[in-house]
Amino acid sequence: MNKRILIVDDEPNIVVSLEFLMKREGFEVAVATDGEAALKSVEEKQPDLVLLDIMLPKKNGFEVCQTIRANPDWQGVKIVMLTAKGRDTEVAKGTALGADAYMTKPFSTKDLIAQVRQILGIT
Amino acid sequence: MLQGWVIASVSFTYLGVLFAIAYFGDKRSDAGRSIIANPTIFALSLAVYCTTWTFYGSVGRAASTGIGFLPIYLGPTLMAGLWWFVMLKIIRISKANRITSIADFISSRYGKSQLLGGLVTVIAVIGIIPYISLQLKAVSNSFTILLHYPEIVMPAKAGAVPLLHDSALYIAMILAAFTILFGTRHLDATERHEGMVAAIAFESVVKLLAFLAVGIYVTFGIYNGFGDIFGRAELVPKLKALMTMTDSGASYGSWWSLTFLSMLSIMFLPRQFQITVVENVNERHLARAIWLFPLYLILINIFVLPITVGGLMHFPDGSVDADTFVLTLPMAERQEVLTLFVFIGGLSAATGMVIVETIALSTMVCNDLVMPVLLRWKRLHLQEEQDLSGLLLTIRRLAIAAILLLGYIYFRAAGEAYALVGIGLISFAAVAQFAPAIFGGIYWKEGTRAGAIAGLTAGFLVWIYTLLLPSFAKSGWLSLDFISEGLFGVALLKPQQLFGLTGLDEITHSLFWSMLANIGCYVTVSLRKRPDLVEASQATLFVDVFRHTEGSARSRFWRGSAKVQDLLPLIGRFLGPDRARGAFLAYARQRGVDSAEQLEADADLVHYAETLLAGAIGGASARVMVASVVKEEPPGIDEVMNILDEASQVRAYSRQLEQKSRELEAATAELRAANAQLKELDRMKDDFMSTVTHELRTPLTSIRSFSEILLEDPKINLADRKKFLAIIVKETERLTRLINQVLDMAKIESGNAEWHTADIDLHEIIEESLAATSTLFADKRIQLVREFAENVPMVKADHDRLIQVMLNLLSNAVKFCEADRGRVIVRLSVEGSHAVRVDVEDNGAGIAEEDQHTIFEKFRQVGDTLTAKPQGTGLGLPISRRIVEHFGGRLWVTSSLGKGATFSFTLPMNMGGGKRQEERREI
Repeated sequence: MNKRILIVDDEPNIVVSLEFLMKREGFEVAVATDGEAALKSVEEKQPDLVLLDIMLPKKNGFEVCQTIRANPDWQGVKIVMLTAKGRDTEVAKGTALGADAYMTKPFSTKDLIAQVRQILGIT
Repeated sequence: MLQGWVIASVSFTYLGVLFAIAYFGDKRSDAGRSIIANPTIFALSLAVYCTTWTFYGSVGRAASTGIGFLPIYLGPTLMAGLWWFVMLKIIRISKANRITSIADFISSRYGKSQLLGGLVTVIAVIGIIPYISLQLKAVSNSFTILLHYPEIVMPAKAGAVPLLHDSALYIAMILAAFTILFGTRHLDATERHEGMVAAIAFESVVKLLAFLAVGIYVTFGIYNGFGDIFGRAELVPKLKALMTMTDSGASYGSWWSLTFLSMLSIMFLPRQFQITVVENVNERHLARAIWLFPLYLILINIFVLPITVGGLMHFPDGSVDADTFVLTLPMAERQEVLTLFVFIGGLSAATGMVIVETIALSTMVCNDLVMPVLLRWKRLHLQEEQDLSGLLLTIRRLAIAAILLLGYIYFRAAGEAYALVGIGLISFAAVAQFAPAIFGGIYWKEGTRAGAIAGLTAGFLVWIYTLLLPSFAKSGWLSLDFISEGLFGVALLKPQQLFGLTGLDEITHSLFWSMLANIGCYVTVSLRKRPDLVEASQATLFVDVFRHTEGSARSRFWRGSAKVQDLLPLIGRFLGPDRARGAFLAYARQRGVDSAEQLEADADLVHYAETLLAGAIGGASARVMVASVVKEEPPGIDEVMNILDEASQVRAYSRQLEQKSRELEAATAELRAANAQLKELDRMKDDFMSTVTHELRTPLTSIRSFSEILLEDPKINLADRKKFLAIIVKETERLTRLINQVLDMAKIESGNAEWHTADIDLHEIIEESLAATSTLFADKRIQLVREFAENVPMVKADHDRLIQVMLNLLSNAVKFCEADRGRVIVRLSVEGSHAVRVDVEDNGAGIAEEDQHTIFEKFRQVGDTLTAKPQGTGLGLPISRRIVEHFGGRLWVTSSLGKGATFSFTLPMNMGGGKRQEERREI
């Protein structure tokens, strides 16, 4: 059974690239472009992993992460934060809120894929 | 058997010991190792207050009034409690002004008045003479009684003994000689008589021990303790009455008045002033005296009642004068050694008082009475004298002899009319007259010389009339008629019932009227005229002594010219040439000058010389002497104006200071604000950097991702390949645009941007911009409406920059308009009389009120949270606003959510390209 990935980003071009990468790896891909849509999508699609941007309309990535972690039903959902904000405080904040990994944009596509596979336990 | 020669030799031995102590004290003082720099010695020397009047007289008074002897000691005890306020101030004033005596004190306070100094001296001498005669009487009586040992024979009436057989005469002569030896070896009266003080302290110990010895002997030797002695007295009705207070109003009245009198006496008796103020080494010694001196008074009074009662029981027939009980009780018991010790105790009480009192009085007589007269009388003659210090010493020695002689004469003439205590109280009442002038002088700046003279004179005359003359009358010098009938037979003028005031004893009566006259005249006369300049300056020095113990304030009130060559010989004449030169040299060194001749004879030097001289001849005379060599210009109207001017300068200066401090506060506040702004800017810059980084990373992310995808997978299908490459190109353009705008913004903000200012027709700018954006309008099929006013004036601005602004506004308008239904209106109009205005109105989504401010901030694109992210860098509006503001205009938005937005800017017409600071507040 294919792993499901939810891509959450408001930059259309980034979404296009991520979608392409994830599909190429054989994942099922869903997309959300703002925080609220992301949460809705998590509920509906029950993704295995969320690629989560932080600067999002309506609800930012931190809030989305927090909400996911607060819900007992969603404990299995893995979260990889992707953000252009590279400051240490942001990284620390993301990890503290329960993100499984934190990647700074622009990222290496190889690294991202390796990270995602590792988290999902795919060797 | 006590032979005359035994008594005489013991007495002289005692005096020899005293002299040795004094000599030792002086030697140690010269060597700089003072033996009196000790608070206990100071307190003991204050006990010079206890004279033979205490030693013999307390028992005498107790025999007639019971505990009525106590107020004399109660007063000083109470006063000692106030010393820390009152006496400390007097001491401080006296040290600062080199005061030599109480007369000097009063005359200095009231403008260095010679008249006042003389008046005080006369009052003091006349007032104290009876007191001195009292000592002579006591010593002479005790000597006579002792001569008859073991028989107890009361001495004959003073006048009954032939002059040359009168022991009092010889005692007076011996005391005079002794005092001269003691007190006038040095000249400078402010140079303290340290040896004398040491001797006086020793005498205080001797008289206390002697009195305690008698007391203990009588109480525990003759009787069996206090209980026994008072128990037996209880049985005798007359004695029982002595031990309780009589409850008549008069007796309470005299308690009050005696307590009050002795409170003043402990301060103002010349000998007390001498010891407490002039001889004081260190004002902090006062602290111990405040409790030690009252303790001494208690000790010396403990046995007064037992001795009195014992004496009255021992000599019930009244044949023995109670004044002599202290001596006659041990005599009656044949206690030779004790008797002799008591005599020595009495002698010590007398000599202590006489020495200090006559030294104090002779200083006053010399400085405030004789010298002023001599200097005035034979001024020219004295001016020729090269060294007057010898003359001064002679005057003082003669004064000492004269005072004792007067004391003796009073003793011969009036001494018998009164018991010891009675005589003492007459002196107390005289000295009390100084109180208003002194207390007023140190606490009340309005007190004037005229007021002090009036008060002292009035009080003194009343004292003479109500106390001194009656004492003469009772001694037979005057007819008793004027006491019983009143002066000229007028009953209201009866000296001891003045204006019909009865029911008081003579002391209380006299005190009441004299104080009333004294205080009344002092206050009313003082209030009638304002103090003149010298009086006011002295008043300030005295009243505010704690504020400026430095005397420098005084010199401000003096203007004149003097020469060192004049001053030095002048001081030399009174102090001796060597000491004068030494003092000047010391002053010169202090000023950093090598010799006295190099000194500048300024006001301070003249003041120094005057103070130096004041120590020798008193303040008033010193002033006259210095004035004789100094061309003193009395402070005239110019001087007063100068002083006022200085005062107003001081005020102006303090106003400036206030102004400066206000400015400083304002500057501090500005700095604080600037600092806060800097911090804010720093934070904003930090945010800016963070935001710029974010904005740069976003396009980079896409570029990198697609590049890697294309690189890794060459077999990617063509459609995807084209799509990805298009994204890369677009994102690269976005990146370039962003970098350009950030740099543009940075240039504008740092002031490094280039501006090509010229006369610009906004009409053309708008048309050019509309042409450039026509494809945008066409793509979204948006309606464009032009509303241009006619004859719009030119503005001064940069053509390209204005195009930049217009393009930004137009593209924004298009961006937020819905395709097909959008409509953009561009208006050009004249605003008021000074500005041209451009509006770009759209019918798009509009901007919420709370966002209308933030859209002008960098990277704050509104719409982020609403819909899909609009294209743009978030720097367009902030840059546009800065451009408009640079040319002195304004850029703003009016809008409400859902009803479109209108962006407007104005530019000043025909104004130069200079930016207007006040328009740039919103950054």
